[in-house]
Amino acid sequence: MMKGPGFLLPLAGFMLLVAILAVGFRLEDPHLLPSQMLDRPLPAFSLPRLSDSSKVWSEKDVYGKVRLLNVWATWCPSCVHEHPELMRISQEEDISVLGINYNDDNAKALAWLKYYGDPFDLNISDHDGQLAIDLGVYGAPETFLVDARGIIRYRHVGVLDQQVWTDVLAPIVAELNQLDREG
Amino acid sequence: MKTHRRNQLLLVLVLIVGAGSTLALVLQALNENINLFYSPAQVMAGEAPINKRIRAGGMVLMDSVQRPDNSLRVKFLIGDLKSAQFPVVFEGILPDLFREGQGVVAEGRLDQAGVFVADEVLAKHDENYMPPEVAQVMASDKVSNLP
Amino acid sequence: MIIELGHFAIILALAMSCCLAVLPTLGVYLQNPVLLRSGGSLAAGMFVFTLVSFICLTLGFVNDDFSIAYVARNSNTALPVYYKISAVWGAHEGSFLLWCLVMSSWTLAVSQFSQQLNDDMRARVLAVLGSLSIGFFLFLIFTSNPFERTLPFFPSEGADLNPLLQDFGLIVHPPLLYVGYVGLSVPFAFAIASLTSGQLDAAWARWSRPWTNVAWAFLTVGITLGSWWAYYELGWGGWWFWDAVENASFMPWLLATALVHSLAATEKRGVFRSWTVLLAISAFSFSLLGAFLVRSGVLTSVHAFAVDPERGVFILYYLVIVIGSSLLLYGLRVGKMRVTVGFGWKSRESFILANNLILTVAVVTVLLGTIYPLMYEWFMSGQKISVGPPYFNIVFVPLMLPLIALMALSSLSRWRKTASTVLLRDQPLRLLISLGMTIFCCLLASTWNLWFLFVSLLCFWLIVNLLADARYRIGRHWFAGLLKQTPSYYGMWMAHIGIALSALGIVTTLTLSEEIDVLMSPGDQQQMSGYEITFQGVTRVMGPNYSADRGAIEISRQGELVEMLYPEKRLYAPSQNVMTEADISVSLWRDVYVALGESIGNQAWSVRVHIKPLVRWIWLGGVLIALGGFTTVLDRRYRNRKVIRARQSKPDPDLHLSAG
Repeated sequence: MMKGPGFLLPLAGFMLLVAILAVGFRLEDPHLLPSQMLDRPLPAFSLPRLSDSSKVWSEKDVYGKVRLLNVWATWCPSCVHEHPELMRISQEEDISVLGINYNDDNAKALAWLKYYGDPFDLNISDHDGQLAIDLGVYGAPETFLVDARGIIRYRHVGVLDQQVWTDVLAPIVAELNQLDREG
Repeated sequence: MKTHRRNQLLLVLVLIVGAGSTLALVLQALNENINLFYSPAQVMAGEAPINKRIRAGGMVLMDSVQRPDNSLRVKFLIGDLKSAQFPVVFEGILPDLFREGQGVVAEGRLDQAGVFVADEVLAKHDENYMPPEVAQVMASDKVSNLP
Repeated sequence: MIIELGHFAIILALAMSCCLAVLPTLGVYLQNPVLLRSGGSLAAGMFVFTLVSFICLTLGFVNDDFSIAYVARNSNTALPVYYKISAVWGAHEGSFLLWCLVMSSWTLAVSQFSQQLNDDMRARVLAVLGSLSIGFFLFLIFTSNPFERTLPFFPSEGADLNPLLQDFGLIVHPPLLYVGYVGLSVPFAFAIASLTSGQLDAAWARWSRPWTNVAWAFLTVGITLGSWWAYYELGWGGWWFWDAVENASFMPWLLATALVHSLAATEKRGVFRSWTVLLAISAFSFSLLGAFLVRSGVLTSVHAFAVDPERGVFILYYLVIVIGSSLLLYGLRVGKMRVTVGFGWKSRESFILANNLILTVAVVTVLLGTIYPLMYEWFMSGQKISVGPPYFNIVFVPLMLPLIALMALSSLSRWRKTASTVLLRDQPLRLLISLGMTIFCCLLASTWNLWFLFVSLLCFWLIVNLLADARYRIGRHWFAGLLKQTPSYYGMWMAHIGIALSALGIVTTLTLSEEIDVLMSPGDQQQMSGYEITFQGVTRVMGPNYSADRGAIEISRQGELVEMLYPEKRLYAPSQNVMTEADISVSLWRDVYVALGESIGNQAWSVRVHIKPLVRWIWLGGVLIALGGFTTVLDRRYRNRKVIRARQSKPDPDLHLSAG
């Protein structure tokens, strides 16, 4: 039968299990993937506006202001979840919010905005996902923080909630605005 | 005491034989029943084995779902955000969350012609983002896509 | 205001749990009677504050207070009020508040119904429960706070509850499952308290037994309901998927089943003491592990909650602290304890040992299958795999069959040793009877499927043995005989019959079901297992918060109408989610299950039709198993304080006996 230290075997087994879980957890977590686009300029694009496809927008039109670029789509239920926070940001915070409507149907997208409310200053229709590919988006929703010179300063994957705003985005926005005023 | 000893010995023997054979059985079963996951790029590059049960996943490409009339056969393309894609055929009822532009995982076999014959199509069952395998497909494409 | 009250109450509950962890422990070491007895009122306080915060959140849902982020995400004005209430535990944050409420209820129950314990033991047990609660409350407040506001701007309409969860099954399934999960903390607390006090005698087993049985019974009900819910709500007609989250609830159940049995042996005969303690620790550990798997998103699953790395990290630390420290304590303390109690190999102890062995191996195989994808990814540098249901079927079924066979003989066995004649007498006849019943069933179902044949034979053999044993115990005067049997015996009997019924249901459904997916236009008819299935077309109907295509499908047998079924394809307006709502013609002998696929044009639809014989028996068996668990608690031994006091003061006579 087992003697003294033998009774510590369950503990050893448990530690092994924890190691597997911890490693698995790190592997699995998509939020911790580094963003290759950080501190690089916005990729070049030329895409129609959602509301009026005759007007084309390019990356140059984005310059000049600190902006949030929100990648969204009507087929993405999580976008509904984050929607109230975008509404709040657009109304209360000193920042411009642009939408990138991704892999979507224009009519559906406009109906969606009418139903839930429209937090975006402007929407770009990325029907084929070309801009999203260039940005390295791997799903919706995703949000990019872009400074006045069109450099990507932060990328948030998944739902943007108030905690992310206050803890992460707001300080960066404040800093960028500060830099903007100084420089 | 003698019977006691003998019983203990018997018990230990049973334990060893039982544990050993169970372990062998379990490992054998595990190795026979794991389904490897392949991304569209891997399928296109011919890395996925033919005629072996595997899983493959990515986004259902927009406007790719076709349903020839009068049957439950569906054809669609699964791709990543670059240009890799492969055709899938499936006969049966698709899950509720199956949509164009949505991440899915298909289980089945790849035939000689490079068509993935799925016997099961899984879409994530609630609003959470997308299946992690698919997320990783998209993420790794992103990395390789950049200069 | 109400929601701030709730937030405040949960912080007070945290404070209470801290006091509960510290004060009684101090009482034990200082031998201060006031501190020693403080556990009862602290447990009550913790319960009351948690209940208050739970009620506050519920009011937030009922009053459509969308300034609360959690309510805004998971409710909607169009939601019927009963779903607004069940939406409280419809997503991660609220369900964890429910978890905390259940935890504090168990703690309160222990403080109220453990008067027979001496003050020292009671203080220790409550302190352990208090310490566990601290972690739960911290987790709730810091990583999953359901009371967060989205002020001052908030949506005028909520995003809606996931349509899958708008269902009766989801109103009742999580609470019952949590009562079971969390209930396993009680035997855990008893085990830890015994380890710290060094009093690892049969007494701790006697105290733990009723608690374990109740928690196990609740867990059984919870899992049974979950399986039933998946069957009718997910629209695939499956009732068990070997999904990571299902496994997460199944592993603690298997361990708790082992614990229920080994506690009996420890209480009655003083055997397997260190093993039983380890089982008590493991059962609760696996329920925590289940929480980690479900709430961290580390594994892919159809039921998993939203992924949040912060939460996963918290739970992982919690696991390491709680389980690591208890296993360390176990390793250091239990080695000093040596008991030699012998038993013959045909004794009930042996049967329980075999039961424990098989169940433990089963847990290990399920665990291996569940985390193998993680291990594989680790060792094979990122290669992703999944482990399919065939693995679980291949390894699990061969383990369960001997378990049923053992069960058949074990009811005849006696403690210490059993004469061969008692075990084997009449067995040829009983086997013959079982074989006759099996052949009759095979003829009835016109199948000679070997799995069906073999498993039915085992199940009938188990049932025949249980009946014969009951007959023997009751004796000639059946009424007096019935009264003479203890609730423990009734409970064992029911649970084992339940296992037989479940197993019969499982094997019949698996081997004899007929399942097709078929394209049907209005008027089309399909022949299946003697039924005619006629599709009459689809109409558009409106529900409170959805619109639906409703199919009308006639089920008839030899031209006679059996039932009209109306499966639906629903589109929930707020979230734009599509949901399949199956319709089922239910009977004890077979289910006819129909679900709509999608419209193919020209009014033709893809339709899923399953005919599943005896599928109800799976859950019926589950209910019987749980009822058995509840029944054992009625045993007088647990109620009559005097008896327990008297037995407690006497040394356990079994300890001095050593057979052989």
